[in-house]
Amino acid sequence: MSATTETPAPAAAPAAHGIFGFTRAQAVAFVVMLAAIVILPHILYPIFLMRVLMGALFACAFNLLIGYLGLLSFGHAAFYGMGAYLGAWALKVWHLDAALAILVGGATGGLLGLALGWLAIRRSGIYFAMITLALAQMVYFFCVEAPFTGGEDGIQQIPRGVAFGLFPLHSDMAMYWFTAAIFLAGFLLIHRVIHSPFGQVLKAIRENEPRAISLGYRVQDYKLIAFVLSAFLSGIAGATTSVIFGIATLDGVVSDRSGDVVLTTLVGGLGTVFGPVVGAAVTTAMENYLAQFGSWVTITQGAIFVVCVLAFRRGIVGEVAARLKLSL
Amino acid sequence: MMILGIPAPLLFGQLLLGVINGAFYAMLALGLSIIFGMLNIINFAHGALFMMGAFAAWLMLHYLGIGYFPALILGPLVIGAFGIVLEKVLISRLYKLDHLYGLLLTFGLALVIEGLFRNEYGSSGLPYNIPRALSGVTDLGFMYLPVYRAWVVAAALVVCLTTWAIIEKTPLGARLRAGTENPALVRAFGINVPRMITITYGAGVALAAFAGVLAAPIYSVNPDMGDNFINTVFAIVVIGGMGSIMGSIVTGFALGVIEGLTKVFYPQGSATVIFLVMVIVLLFLPRGLFGKAA
Repeated sequence: MSATTETPAPAAAPAAHGIFGFTRAQAVAFVVMLAAIVILPHILYPIFLMRVLMGALFACAFNLLIGYLGLLSFGHAAFYGMGAYLGAWALKVWHLDAALAILVGGATGGLLGLALGWLAIRRSGIYFAMITLALAQMVYFFCVEAPFTGGEDGIQQIPRGVAFGLFPLHSDMAMYWFTAAIFLAGFLLIHRVIHSPFGQVLKAIRENEPRAISLGYRVQDYKLIAFVLSAFLSGIAGATTSVIFGIATLDGVVSDRSGDVVLTTLVGGLGTVFGPVVGAAVTTAMENYLAQFGSWVTITQGAIFVVCVLAFRRGIVGEVAARLKLSL
Repeated sequence: MMILGIPAPLLFGQLLLGVINGAFYAMLALGLSIIFGMLNIINFAHGALFMMGAFAAWLMLHYLGIGYFPALILGPLVIGAFGIVLEKVLISRLYKLDHLYGLLLTFGLALVIEGLFRNEYGSSGLPYNIPRALSGVTDLGFMYLPVYRAWVVAAALVVCLTTWAIIEKTPLGARLRAGTENPALVRAFGINVPRMITITYGAGVALAAFAGVLAAPIYSVNPDMGDNFINTVFAIVVIGGMGSIMGSIVTGFALGVIEGLTKVFYPQGSATVIFLVMVIVLLFLPRGLFGKAA
């Protein structure tokens, strides 16, 4: 967000050290995350961990816009949900390879992002939030009516299929490693983009848009490219989730999904590299635990929103980073 | 009688439904606009507060025996007071921060409010009867007009135009507009701007609650009734732009009518037509029909 927020100053020189522009602290955090990805499936239920990983990828994609461009999208469910539908369709009806089907889902998200983003970036701030919300609502109504989504039933019994023509994904562990690889690829892609000259321009636009324009940057093009990338990765997350669970429903496009990803990112820390991942672990665990209590999930989510905004704006990772004076 | 190949009763019936929806759009968009003008936040809790208005009417009737007409005054007062508490205790802490935080806070509040009501009253909806004085139907010759529906449109028009008159034509409104333009300067003149902001939020919330009470006999009183409306109202606010009070009112009614007509001529498109209008407006007039320069 803009200069009035309390987010710590972004890390200085890009790609000055280490591979992929990780600072030393980030490299340590990355190794910890890798270790967790390798060890945790032997302790916790892999299906739960896959939900965390895809929630994290979705939140990382969302964070690219809010954290590095200051654009709050309230319509990311559209890309996630449409990615889930098309990925499911590619797998079940076209019998594509699982990896290819997930790419189809990502491409769907990206193309939809190109269309909706092209409209939404005409405004910024709260208007941007309202426009993305309204456009996603339109996508939702489309999905309710369109025959290929299967209406209330959704697309069911999607086979997991085979990845790259070599790896059958029927067992949960095989699916887990595949999901982990997708997450890591997406995570590193975002990190690489943020630390590229392109990412520096995004930050410049966030901090001072008129200045970026006066320096000759085509600001709208940068915003649109970032939006498409974010939508593409959201589509990947949606499609992978539909492969994991074998089902794609209206639940993916409904506006609650857009709210979830905002909450996940806020809890973890807006504009931090690892925040969305930590946020996804926290919110997924919370949903798991609260699922039996019905509408208490919504109430708790709302209360967390209120508490985070009033007293905990940096989020978990942002708070830790500020305490340790590190950039995470 | 046929008009453009459509039976006249069907056409007028849908037109009337459109005007009624438009009346609700106008009241909600107006509330969002005046809150945005003073607080610079977009009140995502607006739909939840609208729903609370409808529940206030229902609760007053069932537990206190308070009828429709007193509820029409008391409901907005009670919910408006609740809004003032929200502003004082929570929202006012965020004015120095990015406006997006205000949006996130009110979004969270909406989740809490709607969740609590869903917990207590379920999602199936509670019936609220049309008051006897306003029940019945009038024969206009070309169509039958339910009295309550006519009342809703009239009441909404009166409330909207009164709000417009207060803001545009009275000394209080002049201060309000000045506060919107330049709060620091207005403060220097010795006007209590924070109190003005609180009252504005309370008034915007009261407007939503008034719409909620009006809606109670038409739609079933249920925790999700605000949600169904508010996403459309956000699109309407984008179409109209939030710079003008009259603009919000006109846009609200106009889009209700457009939606109603779409139901007659192309029923499949009726859910999305307002969003399509938003897309077209964004393409040609990104600031909205009545929006001011940024």
